[in-house]
Amino acid sequence: MKRSVFEEFRNRDLVRGLAERIRQLAEGRTKPMTFMEVCGTHTMSIYQYGIRTLLPAGVRLISGPGCPVCVTPVGYVDRAVACARLPETITATFGDMMRVPGSSSSLLEERAKGADIRIVYSPLDALSLAERNPGKRVVFLGVGFETTAPTVAATLITARSRRVGNFSVLSAHKTIPVPMRILSSDPDLGIDGFLCPAHVSAVIGADAYRFLAEEHGVPCVVTGFEPADILQGVAMLARQVTEGRSAVENEYSRFVSAGGNAKAQELLSRVFTPADTAWRGLGVIPESGLEIAKEFADFDAEKVVPVRVEESREPAGCLCGEVLKGKIAPADCPLFASACTPEQPVGACMVSSEGSCAAAYKYGQ
Amino acid sequence: MQITNIEGDTMVAEIDGVRREASLMMLNDEVKVGDYVLIHAGFAISRLDEEEALETLSIMRECLDLSRAPE
Repeated sequence: MKRSVFEEFRNRDLVRGLAERIRQLAEGRTKPMTFMEVCGTHTMSIYQYGIRTLLPAGVRLISGPGCPVCVTPVGYVDRAVACARLPETITATFGDMMRVPGSSSSLLEERAKGADIRIVYSPLDALSLAERNPGKRVVFLGVGFETTAPTVAATLITARSRRVGNFSVLSAHKTIPVPMRILSSDPDLGIDGFLCPAHVSAVIGADAYRFLAEEHGVPCVVTGFEPADILQGVAMLARQVTEGRSAVENEYSRFVSAGGNAKAQELLSRVFTPADTAWRGLGVIPESGLEIAKEFADFDAEKVVPVRVEESREPAGCLCGEVLKGKIAPADCPLFASACTPEQPVGACMVSSEGSCAAAYKYGQ
Repeated sequence: MQITNIEGDTMVAEIDGVRREASLMMLNDEVKVGDYVLIHAGFAISRLDEEEALETLSIMRECLDLSRAPE
């Protein structure tokens, strides 16, 4: 297959035509249509390609809780900081956790004070660190949705088969469909449809959203990241709304199937158990988190790495929680671009490259 | 990214001159050199279905032709 097929999804004429199609679908409607994207990479793409500027007044896009670092509550950061302060310990993390402010410190500050904190690209790199440093304890910060969690599951299975005893994971893994249902029933938001995540859907499959469309009447479209993908996703949602139906449709069938990735799902169910978990802004949501299963408890940092965690408090004045629910746009927060910038972030949404505030700041919207 | 090399459970993929090593542990589909895959945190998670990609593009174009028809 030629690269040009990929480039087609950025084709200017196609993008313009799709925007025109959305304008036609929205024409004559008295109430604007509100669609939420629940994937940090979509949030980024929407800002990067200026998608909102292509949409008519009758179509509103709002960002949801799709940035994993952003929805991870401050208490988790505090626990990670406490782990990082332990002697003979290497903390391994994806890069975007480094600057997230905890109650009184961050991983970046702890590293400056001498803690051994390494940024890794894959959880397997963290496992290699443990194998190369047998005298030390390695704690990997497992943050992410259904795409990242199976990579951690595969790593723990590898750790077990290689008998690595000095490796553990602090899991803050989360699953996205239940929070989507909660948001869809919030009358203040008035969500008319969801742009469903791309990578997460490659794992859980498009059918995972059927309960939203069929039982809760919310149109869902699984969408890719390119500008034509996103606009086509919006057009498909608008069409469902104008036709008064709700179904799951899959715009990203080149990578996402109805049933998803069975191997990844099997890894998930082997290593993790669904558990109630706290989301920044949304509070504790039943069965929306992934706890390390009993069989893998010897790799669960929460059980095998004893730490005292300070009492957690969210940063004063930060409206990250409201941004994550789609209740306000980043620029509506009084701290945005004044007290809170990517260089000096107050809240997580300004830290992660997938955060709405960081994207809004970077692309000036 | 496009697969350039496969060795056991590990593959190397490349896009725009950037090379990445990734595990095949999580991939459900059979892959070969030349295939395109989605990579996430060092793991290949899905293989590109080329026919579906072309189909999606043709649906997009079809919609546009229809929406332009009245002009």
